[in-house]
Amino acid sequence: MTKKPVQFQLNGSPVAVFSDEGQNLLDLLRRGVGDLSPKYGCGQGTCGSCTVIIDGEPRLSCLTLAETVEGQHVETTNGLANGPDLHALQEAFMENFAAQCGYCTPGMLMAAKALLDRTPRPSRAEIVEAISGNICRCTGYEPIIDAILAASGQPTRRTG
Amino acid sequence: MVTVTTVDTLQEAAASSAGEAVFLGGGTLVMRSVNYGELTVPQIVRLRSATALRDIRADGTRINIGAAATMGDVLRSSEVSFLHPVARQVGGPAIRNMATVGGNIFAPHPYGDFAVALLALDARLRMSDGSETDLESLLAARDSERRLVESVSIVRPAGDDFRFRKVSRVKPKGVSVMSLAAWLPRSAGRISGARIAFGAMAPTPVRARAAEAALEGATLDENGIAGALSAATQGLSPPDDGLASGWYRSQVAPVHLKRLLLGGGSRP
Repeated sequence: MTKKPVQFQLNGSPVAVFSDEGQNLLDLLRRGVGDLSPKYGCGQGTCGSCTVIIDGEPRLSCLTLAETVEGQHVETTNGLANGPDLHALQEAFMENFAAQCGYCTPGMLMAAKALLDRTPRPSRAEIVEAISGNICRCTGYEPIIDAILAASGQPTRRTG
Repeated sequence: MVTVTTVDTLQEAAASSAGEAVFLGGGTLVMRSVNYGELTVPQIVRLRSATALRDIRADGTRINIGAAATMGDVLRSSEVSFLHPVARQVGGPAIRNMATVGGNIFAPHPYGDFAVALLALDARLRMSDGSETDLESLLAARDSERRLVESVSIVRPAGDDFRFRKVSRVKPKGVSVMSLAAWLPRSAGRISGARIAFGAMAPTPVRARAAEAALEGATLDENGIAGALSAATQGLSPPDDGLASGWYRSQVAPVHLKRLLLGGGSRP
């Protein structure tokens, strides 16, 4: 099988790897780079668990042809924490019980980060819209919405 | 095993993708097929850069939308604000940053809601060989089309003349049981030259010609649209699938058409 060289920035660091023909970005990140934070859920764009941020926009890594990220900036959940210091969203997800099984969490975090990067104090409706492509089967979504509100310094159901 | 060929122009892509290859737009349909081992051709053809095909700009009385414009591009463009309710109902934000206008025209049900809106708006397409065609003609022979779409041209509808409605079971986001779009130009309060398009009432988006004819000269009220509702499914054979039966679609189509015509715009 032909291998294609791909170079891109992953969480601010340069990456140079070979992708297989037709390989999706999720598979390249997990098997080629060793970043296991984005998850494989449905492989068809329904669940959002593979959400990453590419050049500032949330996208689905399972539906992204790996070689198309040449020269682009990719962000995953692995890049959120700064050493032992968790990102505000990660702290808020813990404090607000926004994860149970945790499988959707990396996708939720990246969808939320993409929102807060553009809209630091989003409305509840904007949060619902931002995570509308991400499925969670544990929490019922309300704790996740609360966590994103909390991360943006806004009152939640518990604190409001 | 699939191979990927990267080219620089749409013309090269069209030449390379005719036959045993598929063109990669935003990837939401092609990569899904790759992931599931369902790609029926051995080759993917893609553009090295599609930036030049993402422009959305007014040109005289018409608006041109590049085929590689994503639903996100549509939502960021004030030129096509009347299409925002349509684009907003395509997937979640991540899908909208990938799914393209050109790809939507070739998307099989239950996808392709944006094409329903374009059909109602009488979209004209500029193709990779420099020719022009209307969307309705392309849809009629979509499976055998070998050209690629370069851009889509539409006229900006006046006021609230354009309406769109997506019917889905899952809220806020779900694939469509059906989608409906209407362009209702009016003169002195009476409809003239209405165009109504349905998604999921045929293998591709289709016009409801009998309903359009029944609206000619009518007023946009309960009495005026009665004939159109009676004729809503005339000539259409909606399919059975996992989302709904054809019978169900036939029964509810007039209900949703009434809501579209009298209720105005879109709802989540």
